[in-house]
Amino acid sequence: MKRYFVDLWESVSTVLIGMGVTFRHFFTRSVTQQYTADELPEERWRSPLDIPKESLMERSRMKLHVKIEDCIGCKQCERACPVDCIHIENEKRARDAPPIFAADGTAIKQTVVQFDIDMSLCCYCQLCVFPCPTDCILMTPDFEFGGKTKGDLLYRYAKEPRTAEPATPAGAARA
Amino acid sequence: MITRFRQIEMRLMGPLTMIPIVLCLVVLGTIAALPVVAAILSELVADFVPPALQHLTIVVLGTAGFVGILALNPIYSIWLERKVAAHVQDRLGPMRVGWHGLLQSFADGVKLLFKEDLVPRDADRVLFRAAPMLAITSAFAAFAIVPWGIREDGTVLAVSNLNIGVLYFLAITSLGALSVLMAGWGSNNKYALYGGMRAAAQMVSYEIPTAILVLVVVAQVGSLSIPDIVAAQAGGLLGVGDWLIFQLFPLNLIAFVLFFICGLAETNRTPFDIPEAESELVAGFHTEYSGMRFAFFFLAEYGNMLLVSMLAALLFLGGWVGPFGSNPLLFFVKGFGLVVVQMWLRWTLPRLRVDQLMGICWKYVIPISFFLLVVTTIIKGLR
Repeated sequence: MKRYFVDLWESVSTVLIGMGVTFRHFFTRSVTQQYTADELPEERWRSPLDIPKESLMERSRMKLHVKIEDCIGCKQCERACPVDCIHIENEKRARDAPPIFAADGTAIKQTVVQFDIDMSLCCYCQLCVFPCPTDCILMTPDFEFGGKTKGDLLYRYAKEPRTAEPATPAGAARA
Repeated sequence: MITRFRQIEMRLMGPLTMIPIVLCLVVLGTIAALPVVAAILSELVADFVPPALQHLTIVVLGTAGFVGILALNPIYSIWLERKVAAHVQDRLGPMRVGWHGLLQSFADGVKLLFKEDLVPRDADRVLFRAAPMLAITSAFAAFAIVPWGIREDGTVLAVSNLNIGVLYFLAITSLGALSVLMAGWGSNNKYALYGGMRAAAQMVSYEIPTAILVLVVVAQVGSLSIPDIVAAQAGGLLGVGDWLIFQLFPLNLIAFVLFFICGLAETNRTPFDIPEAESELVAGFHTEYSGMRFAFFFLAEYGNMLLVSMLAALLFLGGWVGPFGSNPLLFFVKGFGLVVVQMWLRWTLPRLRVDQLMGICWKYVIPISFFLLVVTTIIKGLR
């Protein structure tokens, strides 16, 4: 019998506590960020790194970008990618070539001839960013990069791409 | 290109948003000035309409006004519900169609109008088609006895001023259970059938405490007529002291809370929404419905929400009487305030299990409401 009234009291009081919690949230600031490009069309087509970071959510993950001059072609990002959307091809540099270094001083021993990222496959997990020894692959705040064909989402970052075999990551995965 | 399109759309939407706002303001203004409007109207009617038709004309005009409010109610209740839901979850909700998404429900309504009206091949066609009609009929017909004010000369502003109003309310709302059962059975779909059966069990169970709690009020006031019940609540401290909820202090407060819980259960709102539990039953009894028939169930749901809120306001919160004298606007504020509380509860509480739902009804709500009935009757008899 005592249990009956205890249950009754607990159900009423816990419902009231819950309603208090939701009432508090009713007046807290919404975290939603409105897409303002409709109202401000002039802000729409900015270069990737031009979009003010503070306008985006903290740690938001958008388009991938590669600072190819820092890349040492270690393929660690390619290995980390769970959806195989990164495809890298290297060529050994000649032994007598002048030494070049990445921004953090790591010696670049091979030329990256192909660095393709297929953003239509990317799952935005950022797992490729962590293993990069020279911090050359990163997530930019650019989120407006839609294209008309699937090929528009294939980004080639290598400076001198090999013209012979334009292997897409998808094709490479199939092969 | 898309940007350009949206710009044009936005430019069109801006002025369009004014329409519902103006409409709402007009409706609210009319409600606030209703005694005056009714007086002018009856004078006009007295001047231009032959005496034999005067009563009929007032009834027709009153009905037209109330049906207008009822048609606007779901549209804005849905908008309000989405806004409440969003802000409880720290979101913004509809923001795009019109100012703060005010036209969102109109857009959705138009979409539903144009959708194909599907009837499953193996459905029971008669029941399938009749169910939404019955749902909306029972929801709207119950509003016939909801009075929303009183004039100085004692005329009650209602479509029909029945002297057994609460009895009519109990009778008509139980038709809603039938429509849900018909929809569930007629769809020939296991989820719909489960939903319909659950709804029938739930609604039948919760009708008992609802009736008892109405009796608690009736026993104290001594009348089945809603205007009489409201009149018994006028006056007191600050004009609110004699509201039934404050009389016999804890008893009527408990009765009000229980009545509200029963109202939630009868309208199938969360935490009692097991008939349409999305995560278990797809959409329950309206799984197979699309287009306008689905919209009818929606209209009925929001109509029922408003109905139980208004009934709770009339029976326990003094209807149109309050600190500022008697005013229909006050009644609407109370009614819609309780609708907001229903939404607030919906986005606070998780869904109950079926056995918990029945347990609450049979182990807690019914015994307590019986206890309240006995105690209030004894106190009333001793006075």
